[in-house]
Amino acid sequence: MTATTMVRPRRWARLPFSPWHLVLLPATLVLIFPFAWLLITSVQTLSEALHFPPILTPHTLRFANYSDAWHSAPFGRFFVNSSVVAVTTVLCNLVLCSLAGYAFARFRFLGRGVLFVTIMATLMVPFQVTMIPQFIITKWLGVHVLAGVGIDHIGALILPNAATAFGVFFLRQFFRTLPIEYEESARVDGASRLTVLWRIVLPLSMPALATLAALTFLDSWNSFLWPLIVITSTNQMTLPLGLATFQGAHSTQWTLLMAGNVMSLIPMLVIFFVAQRYFVRSVAATGLAGT
Amino acid sequence: MAATPAVARRRPGRSRVAARRVTASEHFTGWGFVTPGVAIILLFGAVPIVWSAVMSFQRSDLLHPSTPFVGLRNYREMVHDPVVTQAIMHTLVYTVLFVPGTMVVGLFLAVAMNRKIRLLWLYRTAAYATMAISTISEALVFIWLFDPSYGIVNYFLSLLGIPQQPFLNSPSEALYVIVIMTIWGWTGFAVVIYLAALQGVPQTLIEAAAIDGAGPWRTFRKVTLPLLSPASLFLAVWLTINALQLFDEVYLSTMGGPLNATTVLVFYLYEQAFSQFNFGYASAIAYFLFIVILVVTAIQFRVGRRFTYYRS
Repeated sequence: MTATTMVRPRRWARLPFSPWHLVLLPATLVLIFPFAWLLITSVQTLSEALHFPPILTPHTLRFANYSDAWHSAPFGRFFVNSSVVAVTTVLCNLVLCSLAGYAFARFRFLGRGVLFVTIMATLMVPFQVTMIPQFIITKWLGVHVLAGVGIDHIGALILPNAATAFGVFFLRQFFRTLPIEYEESARVDGASRLTVLWRIVLPLSMPALATLAALTFLDSWNSFLWPLIVITSTNQMTLPLGLATFQGAHSTQWTLLMAGNVMSLIPMLVIFFVAQRYFVRSVAATGLAGT
Repeated sequence: MAATPAVARRRPGRSRVAARRVTASEHFTGWGFVTPGVAIILLFGAVPIVWSAVMSFQRSDLLHPSTPFVGLRNYREMVHDPVVTQAIMHTLVYTVLFVPGTMVVGLFLAVAMNRKIRLLWLYRTAAYATMAISTISEALVFIWLFDPSYGIVNYFLSLLGIPQQPFLNSPSEALYVIVIMTIWGWTGFAVVIYLAALQGVPQTLIEAAAIDGAGPWRTFRKVTLPLLSPASLFLAVWLTINALQLFDEVYLSTMGGPLNATTVLVFYLYEQAFSQFNFGYASAIAYFLFIVILVVTAIQFRVGRRFTYYRS
């Protein structure tokens, strides 16, 4: 962190605190306010919530909104589905992108250049271009290959994202920055390619793997359009889709909606704050990579 | 995976990696490593790109079992479809407001937070928290904040003597509410990017400017801002790509309404594809969107390069 060095104008010298608090405090209040109002509404009675002017301090706290929301939509199930999808997607990406990224970084094999360029080309294309064929392919796979990865199964949320062009590219770039001597000497000692990757390369790549994991997790957890297209059964829904469906069914019961909203965003907020350092570093890394 | 002898015969005068003779088993190992990942990327990434290009030249809908090629008909239809014109306009207006808005908010907060002061953890955490919230949660909160009848924003406006606004129910206001909610949602991202870039601004340059008599504002404009230009270019490109693909908030808050006032390109594409099942027409819209994104990004990089200052 850089210390304050902008030369302060004299007139601020009398303030007992940094003048930056005067802008940061109101700005932070504005940023936090939606969260705060969300929490307040979630424990209000419906009659108090539907009161104008709004009642800023509820007279009675109605925590039953939470149990009502819990009983009118399977938020526990949504949470489990979201977790299964996100964790599986992250693990698949770490394994598959490491393997492919390492081969692209260090091996020479027939078709390497063509394959790599093809993969890079898919990076530029927005999801909307590919989603209709993806939908048709997913439907076909579900009917002809494995029902678990077909329409209306959470497997359909995992398989298309189990390896990403970004992950392969990102890890390849990182692997290429590692000193090749360790790998070569391990090979001389008779270690197989897979052993070298597992024992030498991956332990040296922890920061890159953590970044890929954090970004993949955020992406998967917040994904909405693809689940909206392929999932229709309530028990296969992830949190964003479940919440959107819940909103459609109870569009005027604001206290219930806000209680459901709090329940669906608490897990991610907790994960985020526990691993804040990782998430922030990972997001910053995408920016620095771009610059 | 089969192990291959690492020290193969070397041709003199070439680098070690290039000199190694590629054995059959090395080809095999290479393919073994890449196949699982590459197969998925090709199946769900590369094949669909070609497929939807083909579909955009086909009539593909639920009414007809066959999908004959119709040439450019889908694209011609787009030109004559008034909703497409509206959707393009709304997408552009949204992007033009959202991208600079988010950048200014992010830059302002990051500069303010880039110093050692009390409560800094609180300020940063508050900004970062917006990154943890999904677009759906975000939209749901903002629909409630901007509720025409009971929303607290109307209450704050009433304190200023402004009459109740219909917000998301009004064709002239709905899009701006969506701009506000998405700026809020992206604030954390912009702050993180700018804070990271600010770490790279050397203190010595700031001090040198101060010694040369530049005030804080001038130092910021002439020293800090140019040094942040790579981050600004990245944010501009990244936010624009995302803005052109706006969907989630529109789906949850307005469904494109009222009176198509918030129908953006991706929302219309979604409706055509998965409510009307006009796969051919939707593919044409998707390809149009792709080309718009490519062109806009290319322009941003070209123009941006002129204003971007790379230190190394």
